[in-house]
Amino acid sequence: MSEVTVTSVAHARHSMPFRGRSFMAFALTPEPPIADWLAELDNWGRSSAGFFVGRPVILDLAAVTLSDHAIAHLVQELAAREIAVLGIEGVEPSQLGPGLPPLLKGGRPANVIESDAASQRRAALTEVPRQELTSLLLEVPVRSGQSVVFLGGDVTVIGSIASGAEVIAGGSIHVYGTIRGRALAGSNGSPRARIFCRKAEPELLAIDGYYRTSEDIDGSLQGRPIQAWLEGNVMKITALD
Amino acid sequence: MAKVLVVTSGKGGVGKTTTTAALGAALAQSGQRVVLVDFDVGLRNLDLVLGAERRVVFDFINVIQGVAKLSQAVIRDKRIDTLALLPASQTRDKDALTEEGVARVIADLRRMCDWVICDSPAGIERGAILAMRHADAAIIVTNPEVSSVRDSDRIIGLLDAKTVKAEKGERIEKHLLIARYDAARAARGEMLNVEDILEILSIPLLGIIPESDEVLRASNIGCPVTLSEATGVTARAYADAARRLNGEEIEMIVPSDKKGLLVKLFGRRAA
Repeated sequence: MSEVTVTSVAHARHSMPFRGRSFMAFALTPEPPIADWLAELDNWGRSSAGFFVGRPVILDLAAVTLSDHAIAHLVQELAAREIAVLGIEGVEPSQLGPGLPPLLKGGRPANVIESDAASQRRAALTEVPRQELTSLLLEVPVRSGQSVVFLGGDVTVIGSIASGAEVIAGGSIHVYGTIRGRALAGSNGSPRARIFCRKAEPELLAIDGYYRTSEDIDGSLQGRPIQAWLEGNVMKITALD
Repeated sequence: MAKVLVVTSGKGGVGKTTTTAALGAALAQSGQRVVLVDFDVGLRNLDLVLGAERRVVFDFINVIQGVAKLSQAVIRDKRIDTLALLPASQTRDKDALTEEGVARVIADLRRMCDWVICDSPAGIERGAILAMRHADAAIIVTNPEVSSVRDSDRIIGLLDAKTVKAEKGERIEKHLLIARYDAARAARGEMLNVEDILEILSIPLLGIIPESDEVLRASNIGCPVTLSEATGVTARAYADAARRLNGEEIEMIVPSDKKGLLVKLFGRRAA
């Protein structure tokens, strides 16, 4: 229904309104033999049940050589585990028959689980599903090149997020320092998540996939304490002082 | 047992090699035994800065591969007998450094002296990671400009993740050394000032080295700046930094633009 409406509007205007939307997708990289890999996935899934529900998943097949039939079978197997594959990377276009997810290109790696961050931080991440933590407290600054991903809830940083660093949180992000890098809140699909910081000099702020780069942020907010939230699909930012 | 220091930065050309030579010489002058290790395999420079380039017979890679003994490769300085250099190989590349080889050489050096100072190559690849791997403390050399500061921040993150100390859950000691600080340009707002840099990197400050021709003259004659122009501002700044490394508390002097200050004073009087 709605698609029809949009199309007619577009005809009347002679232009099609498009909006950019970014999501953090999880890339699964199966390794041969596939049966063992699936078993390992099941094993892992037992301690993190429902991890993939509602999350975009990409299947990266660059490391394996699979027949057309085997690809279709693998996608089915994943679907049976409630993992809906959004797109496939690393295969020839001719290998994807009808009924399979589309071929995707140009993906950027985003160090979701493995990152430069200290091992204790990694440990905190992997323990999330079991301990059901709802917040992550970082007592050290997030350095350039580090990526902290915590989809289980809020992230509080006592210190700064450096230029070239990123924090990705399922919930809100609180920074008792300066955001000079990227802060991506609400990344598990929470439009109500917010971003707070003592001093804003961000490269990028995002909530639930809606983002603003520093170019699109009002210059008068530079260097001030701010909060950012979503109103519909518009990101609002105001100074806190 | 020696303390192992790595002099690192991420960015190239900020003054790592000058700092290694100057601090090494300053520490050695106080009677402590110091070995400088050049990790910049393929692009070695530390031998030139120390004026030892014509005395290199064996190098770090030869020792790692078992071709030479450590005692054969280490070159003693002619001016200070407690200062020595383990030169890098100029004909090989950084892949010739092996994890086990580096671990063994550093462990041997630890027994030989009081300070092992590793001069890291620029970048965040293998050479730089191996140079920091066994360090107890790091000196992060940064210039007062955004690219250098951001690269230093990246390196600090790696120090907290990739060193043996970090992997054991211990904290590696970190010191910031601001080099090529031009007081006049900082005053005009053309460079980051000291407070900005400290706010971004949030690690303790070891020293501020002013931008000076003394450094260039020193490396041209192959002598650490702390020896060649011992009374100059650069030498004094490095000597103070060396004393702070030894645990002494010395007041930090931010280099100021004296001319600029006079102009300001006169300007105020006129107004």
